[in-house]
This record gives sequence, structure tokens and C-alpha cells, in this order.
Amino acid sequence: MRRAVKLGLAGGAAMVLVAAIGMVAAFQARMLIDPILPLGTFFLYLVAFIFGWMASKPPVTLEGFEPARAGIRNVLAGAMAGALGGLCVGLLLIVMTTWDLRGVFIALSPELAEILSFGLPVAAAIPVIALVAGAAGALGGAVHLLSPRLRRAVLSALAWVLVFSLFTDIFGQAFTALRLEFLVDFIYTGRGGALTIVGAIVVFAVFFVLYWWMSGRTNTLRQRVQSMPRGQRSRWQIGAAVIILVVLYFVPKIMGPFVSQILVTAGIYLLMALGLNIVVGYAGLLDLGYVAFFAVGAYTTAILTSPQSPAFSPELSVVASIPFVMIAAAVAGILVATPVIRMRGDYLAIVTLGFGEIARILLNSEWLAPYFGGAQGITNIPDLQIGPLTFSTPQDYFYPVFLFVLFAAYVTYALQNSRWGRAWMAMREDESVAEAMGVNIVTAKLSAFVVGAILASFGGSLFASQIGSVFPHTFDIVVSITVLVIIIVGGMGSVPGVALGAIVLIVLPNLLREFSEYQFLFYGVLLIVMMLNRPEGFIPSKRRAQELHSEEMAQDAWLEIYGEKGQPEQVPEGAV
Amino acid sequence: MALLEIQGLSKAFGGLRAINGLDITVDEGEVVSVIGPNGAGKTTFFNLVTGMESPDEGSIVFGGQELVGLRPNQILQLGMARTFQNVRLFPAMTVMENVMVGQHSRTKAGLLGAILKTPSQRREEREIEERSKEVLSFFGTRLAGYRHDELSMTLSYANRRRLEIARAMATNPRLLLLDEPTAGMNPRETIELTELIGQLRSERAYTIVLIEHDMQVVRNVSDRVVVLDHGVKLTEGSYDEVSTNEKVIEAYLGRPAELGA
Repeated sequence: MRRAVKLGLAGGAAMVLVAAIGMVAAFQARMLIDPILPLGTFFLYLVAFIFGWMASKPPVTLEGFEPARAGIRNVLAGAMAGALGGLCVGLLLIVMTTWDLRGVFIALSPELAEILSFGLPVAAAIPVIALVAGAAGALGGAVHLLSPRLRRAVLSALAWVLVFSLFTDIFGQAFTALRLEFLVDFIYTGRGGALTIVGAIVVFAVFFVLYWWMSGRTNTLRQRVQSMPRGQRSRWQIGAAVIILVVLYFVPKIMGPFVSQILVTAGIYLLMALGLNIVVGYAGLLDLGYVAFFAVGAYTTAILTSPQSPAFSPELSVVASIPFVMIAAAVAGILVATPVIRMRGDYLAIVTLGFGEIARILLNSEWLAPYFGGAQGITNIPDLQIGPLTFSTPQDYFYPVFLFVLFAAYVTYALQNSRWGRAWMAMREDESVAEAMGVNIVTAKLSAFVVGAILASFGGSLFASQIGSVFPHTFDIVVSITVLVIIIVGGMGSVPGVALGAIVLIVLPNLLREFSEYQFLFYGVLLIVMMLNRPEGFIPSKRRAQELHSEEMAQDAWLEIYGEKGQPEQVPEGAV
Repeated sequence: MALLEIQGLSKAFGGLRAINGLDITVDEGEVVSVIGPNGAGKTTFFNLVTGMESPDEGSIVFGGQELVGLRPNQILQLGMARTFQNVRLFPAMTVMENVMVGQHSRTKAGLLGAILKTPSQRREEREIEERSKEVLSFFGTRLAGYRHDELSMTLSYANRRRLEIARAMATNPRLLLLDEPTAGMNPRETIELTELIGQLRSERAYTIVLIEHDMQVVRNVSDRVVVLDHGVKLTEGSYDEVSTNEKVIEAYLGRPAELGA
């Protein structure tokens, strides 16, 4: 009860915030389901839904105790939290219609009042708002009533409806490219339009049935693959990889230039994230100036290839510049690492932060303008050319970027179980013990920085040739932070996790142009939620998952192998 | 011939003279126990010898080579490995990986080798794995099969101590420095470890210096006992000589009242 009130008020605060910073009004123009559900209203009441769900979450029960059965109480708690949230919004409505607060909160416009009140007069609107928010909260609470299988199917289907309604451009483009225009006409109000009501119902139904049917089956498929003999399993895995590669080959062709450009950007961030993952995730060296290496890659390619390069312009091809890019990155890595060799933790982070800024300021400076072009940057960087192939459009660039990402992922895997990979991890765990166990800390730090720098410089090089120009202001601290957030949210040390992190943090905000203004708000909320609920990231590395429940897993696996051979090994006493 | 020869070793932390003009010699194949009351400077002595702290004065000669001024990893390379009083494993690494790190200084594969998966790198990796398993098998079922891929943080306290010894063994040392190897173990485990220290000498031919508080262990394993107090050597000799020495009893129990007055 008190929980419901507390969360209701918190939810109300969140709803008021969302309205007051202008998100509701900004999203209102976008229809999700035509004509009943605009994005702004949806977003506002989504908050009520989430808080309703949270308020009715059953309390944690100790192992061995029967958890309280979900029932009408959950729905009531959700409804209560939601309605309280709605009342807060009503309060906002009263305040904003009585006084004009636009001098401080620009977003509190009459249009917002119109949206919030559903066009009703204020006195009539408040009960309506409370009712709608209460209903959203109750729905959130009702989620707990569903059986796990049903819950999964319903929530997944709803999520897909949301995806279909948010990314109309992509689905329109993809369906058109696949000659499925009739589908577009059927579920959307036109290309780039909103879902129709019928369309929304169809999408929901299709995915509901799909998930209902699939639940329980994906696991058995995975188990079946895992229980296969080794040769057969690796054949399956190779087959799966080939299918994925074929699909990826067609992605840019189907998705068109807009989405491809986003994917290329995400790929470049992913390349950097994989590099930083080695520095931070493996070696534990928190580098906040990572963008400097990206800049080194971009500027080296720019200087060596562009005819506009101010001081020195050999006009090499982009491919020919790559070896020099690697050398320059390695030198930069050593330059940054040398002064921080005896530094640890926070000090290292601050010093590298400084280096990142120094790099940007130097590139921007009048003093070095004769070499780097100052604020005007370097333009006219040629396209990537490999033999007869010229890469110019975003669709073309998808492939080389993807190859570099694959290479970086391979390097990540190869180094993980290698002599230096282990030395880096040991250094991360305890630097002085690592040194006492024979690891040369100087070499280990230098090599981690150099490997990370080279991967980031590849990203910079591709970036420069794709955009065709480099400017100092591109290489700002925000890039370093974004890359760091990608690996934290995705899952440090895990390649699939980092890839997912890049998709969530780069692809989504760019696809949803409505959100791009609120990108950093979104990052902040995501980071806080992740740190509270899932600090190991979306897809943690095996090691991190193991930290949570290693003992039973290892023992089970061992018993499976040895127990069946008829030599049950007793767990030695005193070894618990 | 003396494997380790320490002369005039001194180290002060501010005004506290933790080690003061210490001379110790350890011969090849010996097991030497270093005992003394809390704060006698025993762990500081280990830190100085392994290069984790640098002495103010004195010389440490190991196998004919001066160690003062070398980094810990260089000292380890020469054949000296240690364990820690407060067990310092690499917690988020597996049991195997902990032992594999121990072999870092005895192997040489580089980054490029790992990326290109050269035949020599793969052979070396296999050898590292085999040697690690061999070292772990020294502890019988304690660190057997199914534990190899567990994170070391999940091990019991006694097993962490064993793993720390395994990690030190993997560095292929001539001299092993054990800092309170039986601290926190139950009597049974203590007896087991005492036997193990004996095996370390007889089967592996290590020279061992250990810091120990459990006098049973000290009596059972040591050829010689060195007693430290306030950073100076009180006495040294066989266990029986030392245990009856008046100065030692005094250091541990205090001066008898009638004399101290």
C-alpha cells in the first residue's frame, strides 16, 4: 500500500517531468496508431504503466517460501499508483493553466495543455487523466496475473506493435524492396505513415501466435544443438554463421541509404567500443580520452589522402594509408600510456580525459593550423577504393566497416585466451600481485593501449573516408563517453553485448528522429536503470555471468562428465 | 652454497624502523621459518626480498645476483615466488587462469602470435595448460577437474591458499616464500599442508622460506628457525634451540614481572 503511494508519486513526478521538458508535445505530431494513439500521449501513459507494474511487483521472497499469489491486489496497487501519477499530471495542468510559467519552462505551452487535457476543460479533464493513468497502471499490475508463458507472448507482441509503429520508414522501405508493397498498404496509412487500427491488431495477433507457439521451443533447439557431437555441432554453427552473413549481405540493399548510414555510424562506434573493451574491459585501464585515437586515425588518413591537406599531401589511396594509420595510432598509444604507467584507477581516468581534450584543442589550434587545417579541418578525402571497387554510398561502406568489426571481434576473442590477455586481466584484478607474479606492467599497459588505439584508428580512418572531411569539433569528449556507455550497457568483455550496446545506443536514437533531441536523457536513464538492475550489462561475458552462480554450474557440468562414467568423485570434506 | 644472502637490510616507514640491519642466509634446499610476534617485520621482510618495496639500505643477493633495484617481475624471473598473508588471487579469473598467469614469465608468445595463431603460439598455449594441470594435480582432489574453470573467488578459504601456492609453483621458482600458509585453516587442513610443504621440498626441490605462527607447523617443517622482533634478528637455530631461548620467550610473553620492574 505505502509502496503503491510512494511509487505513484514517483511516477507522477516522472510524468510531470516528461511533460515539462517538452517530450510529450514534441512527440505528439507522430502518430503511432492512426487516429487513436499519438506518440506523446503514449509516452506519457507508458510511464504510468511502468510504475503500475513496479508498484505491484511481488516482494522478494526467500528461497523455500511460497511466494504470495498474484491477484486482484496487484491490479489495485497498479491502478492506485497510476491514478496518483495521473493526479500529479492534473495538478500540473491546473498550475500551468492558472499561471503562465513559460518564462522558466518553455515547454509548458497551451498546446501541451490541450494534449494533456484531451481537449476537455480542466475540471473535467482531471478525473479523465486520473482514470486513464489508473487504467494504464492497472494494466501494468495485471501483467503479474498472466502465466509466464502468456506474459511473454503478450508483452513481446505489444513490443512488436510498438516497433512496427515507431519504425514505419524502415518497414516501409524493407517491404517495398522485397516487393511486398501490399503489406505496407495494408498495415500502414501510407508510406511513412502510422499503423492503422487493423494493422496494429494484425501485427499483435501474428506475433502473439508466433511467441505462443515458440515459447519452450527455442530452448530445446539450443539444447539439441548443444547436445550434438562436436563435429555436427560445429557444422551447425558454421551453417548458422553463413546464413547470418548472407542476410547481412542483403541488409544495406534492402534498407536503403538512410538506415545504412546509421548502421555505418554504429559500426564505427562498435569498432571503437571493441577497442576500448580491450583497454577497459580486459586491462582495467579506464581511458576517458579514447576519442584521441579515433582522431589520430581520421587525421592520418585525411593528411595522407586529401589533396587539400595543408602541409604535406602525398595523396595516397585510403587503403595505402592504413599501415601509416596503424603506426601513428601505435605511437599515439605509447605517448598516452608512457606518462600514466605508474598511475592507477581514478588518476588514470582523469589524465586520459585530459589527453583526449588536448588532442582536440591541438587539432583546432591556430598554431597547428598549417598542418591540420585548424577549425576548417581537411576536406576532399577520397573514397575508399580496393582494386576496381569504389566505395562511395553508405550502402557500399557497410561492407568494409563490417569487415573491420569482424576483425576486431576476432582479435578480442583471440586475445582473451592468450598469454597477454591473461596478463591484462591479472593486472586489472591486482596490479601489484600481477607484477609479483612476473607480468611486466610497463609492457602490459603499453600493449593494451596500443591495441586499443589501433582499433579506434581504423574506425577513424573509415570515418574520414566515408564523410570525406575531418573537423576538430567532431572529436569531442562525448564520443569517448558514448563509447564507454556502449560497453558498460552492453556488457563489458562480451562481443555480442558490445554489439547490442551499439545498436541500442547508436541505431535506435538515430532511427527515432523524435528522440534524438533527448538522446542524452535516454542514455542517462538507461545507465541508471542498468546499474540498478543489471550492472553486468545486457549480454554479460560468460565470466561475469559465472560470478553470479558459478559453483552449481561447474559442479553439474563435472558430474555430467564423470558421474556417468561410474567414478563419482566425492566432494572432499572441508573443501566447501 | 647460500642461495639467498641478505646483509644489513633496513627499511623505515616514517619513524618506524620495520627492518633494522637484518642479516639472513638461506642455503639451497633448506626450509627456513621466520617467526616473531605481530609487527616484528616479517611481511615487510618478504616485500623487500620480492621487490614489492625497496629497502633503505643493505643488499639482497639471490643466486649470485643483486636484487635491490630490480622490479618484482624481474625478481620473479630469477626464480623467486611468493604467496601473500591475506591471500591475493585474481578473483574474477578462473582457477586455471590464475595458475596460467604464473607461467607468464616462463613463456614468450606475443600479441601478434596470439592474433595470427601461429603454430609456436598454439604449442606454447598447450604446454601452459598442461603444466598448469600438472601443478594443480599436486593438490589432489582439492583443486581437481571440475574446479579448474571456476572463478577463484568462489573457492573456500583453504583452497584459495592452496591455489596461491599453485600459482607460485607455476612460476617455476627455486625459492618459494610462503607468508602464513596455514592461517585460517582448521587443524586437519593444517596437518595436510604441513605434509605438502614437506613434499614441495622432497619432490620439487624447492628452497622454502615461510612465515608461520603455528608452532606445530614450524617444528614439523623447518630445518632452521629465524626469530624477528622489532625488525631485528633475535636469534636463529633449530626449533628446539629457539623455543627454549630466553629472549624469544621474552619477546612473545613479555619480561617476567620481577625482572621488568
